[in-house]
Amino acid sequence: MLFVMPFVQLILLGYAADFEVKNLNLHVIDNDQSQYSRGLISKFSASPYFNIVNYSFRDQDGMKDMKKGNADLILEIPSKFEKKLVNREASPIHLSIDAVNGVKAGLANAYSNMIIRDYNFELLEKSTGKVFLPPIGITTLDWFNPGMNYSTFMVPGILVLLVTMVGMFLSAMIVVREKEIGTIEQLNVTPIKKHQFIIGKLMPFLLIALLELTIGLIVAKLVFHIEFQGSILLVYAFSLVYLTAVLGIGLLISTISETQQQAMFISWFFFVIFILMSGLFTPIESMPAWAQKITWFNPIKYFIEFMRMVLLKGSPFKDVAHQFFIMAIYGLVINTLAVWNYRKVSE
Amino acid sequence: MLNENQLMNKAFVNINKVSKSYGEVQALNDINFSVDESELFGLIGPDGAGKTTLIRILITMLLPSSGSASINGMDVVKDFKKLRHLIGYMPGTFSLYEDLTVAENLNFFATIFNTTVKNNYHLIKDIYQQIEPFKDRRAGNLSGGMKQKLALSCALIHKPEILFLDEPTTGIDAVSRVELWDMLKELKKQNLTIIVSTPYMDEAQLCDRVAFMQKGEVMEINTPQQIVEDFDTPLYAVKGNNFYNLLLDLRKMELTKTAFPFGDSIHLTTFEKYDSAILNDLIMKFTGQRTHTERINANIEDCFMEKMLRNEA
Repeated sequence: MLFVMPFVQLILLGYAADFEVKNLNLHVIDNDQSQYSRGLISKFSASPYFNIVNYSFRDQDGMKDMKKGNADLILEIPSKFEKKLVNREASPIHLSIDAVNGVKAGLANAYSNMIIRDYNFELLEKSTGKVFLPPIGITTLDWFNPGMNYSTFMVPGILVLLVTMVGMFLSAMIVVREKEIGTIEQLNVTPIKKHQFIIGKLMPFLLIALLELTIGLIVAKLVFHIEFQGSILLVYAFSLVYLTAVLGIGLLISTISETQQQAMFISWFFFVIFILMSGLFTPIESMPAWAQKITWFNPIKYFIEFMRMVLLKGSPFKDVAHQFFIMAIYGLVINTLAVWNYRKVSE
Repeated sequence: MLNENQLMNKAFVNINKVSKSYGEVQALNDINFSVDESELFGLIGPDGAGKTTLIRILITMLLPSSGSASINGMDVVKDFKKLRHLIGYMPGTFSLYEDLTVAENLNFFATIFNTTVKNNYHLIKDIYQQIEPFKDRRAGNLSGGMKQKLALSCALIHKPEILFLDEPTTGIDAVSRVELWDMLKELKKQNLTIIVSTPYMDEAQLCDRVAFMQKGEVMEINTPQQIVEDFDTPLYAVKGNNFYNLLLDLRKMELTKTAFPFGDSIHLTTFEKYDSAILNDLIMKFTGQRTHTERINANIEDCFMEKMLRNEA
């Protein structure tokens, strides 16, 4: 189970987690029914991003569709649209967007603006006979991820989450479990040293997590066809340092908790913050300044940065040395705290 | 200094003015006593008397708020590292790995103490032989009595000089209880010092000496025989048909000091000494039911009951 579940997660999320918004449902209200208005509508229907789901002539019908969730945006073309444009008058188009999902709304807005602007130029060219070019043309070239493949972008990140999950959750359970079933009582009276106990407890999870990483890398290669650019050895070296830190967090949690529920709850608290502020789903650069500072303490952030740099860009050690040293210091501090906090004798 | 002391009174365990408080709650208050080498020493007292707290201080798991204690001249706070090699401890709740087999548990604890089962097999032979047929069974699937034997084996595998048992007979069937005490007697013969706590007062008779504890204090330390001999209150066993009403009525009588149900009779102590027949007449008159009364000798439970009440009053 320990190995099947992450495998399923990786495949599922790798395919499903895709931020590209396609298939925006468009409701069209064409009050003009002219050649120009039909031209604009055909631009929308030709775009891969929009599906025209309905036509009507009244605002209310459009809103009804949007409220039901059938339409993501409403395009309303006013009457005399063609006439005004031919007479060189401005004729505003009304666009209503369902902004419940902010990301989707933003993209819908951007896509439709692009289509309308292009159409605008087209009409100007037609009516004046001159060729208008946008002032500066932008051509983009997607480096390191040709074809802007989302799974290429996501899979290394999801891999990080899986490894972290094993490290943090399982290690958080261990000492607490001994507390719950009382075995720690018997162990504490023995001359066993603190570090012996802790290393003995963490070693199996370190190995399991590394095994999981291996499975994940194989899946990334064989299922998602991701070409690893950097050194795999470097990935393992970093994982080792990273896992030491993450296992330390789990251990620290388990030394302050009395029951497995408590440990689970605290682990989730940190895990959710770590994931959502890791840069996996939303770029850290777009967070407010104070939030960016919080991410300095997020180990997942460093691992994801590292994985993307090494696996996708092929960065050598000196480019990721920063992440390496931060994780090393992180691990040292956390584990010291955990060992210090784990007491065999109570006050 | 301590060593000289030891030579003088041969005390193996010395407890000196030990107190322990958890915030407002005083769990132990000024405990002083000593235990001799290869003595079977009992800590008797009701739940919450402080028995477990005292044991946890002695096994170096808990720091006393004040006072000091030593085992074989080693301080339980300063020399805890050395002490852990010579302490055997069996906690009140089963604390072995339930998902390991009997043999694995034993091997594990032997390894932690840097020894092997083979080396010290002779120490646990008598006890372990009884559960050896089940050595490949998981500890979690053992019966209560067998768990007990395994726990005892694990506590003995490193050849401790002193064994602590915290309420070993709580929740164990009558046969296993007898077996356990037999095992302890055998161990005592091998010069092992044993400190055992129990809430069952009848078990006090099986100890060499007992400390009777209540509310964090030691009320009395003595041999069980001496405790019984010292009991000087007149004691009678009263039997009647309507047991419950009899008990209530007896408690209302002016001559009564205490009245407690005890098996099929009521143990009655009085302020003055009476002839059994005369007392029986008095009781029949007061209660209006036919009773039978006879003078009896106190057992250890009567003694503790009386001490407990005296302490509470």
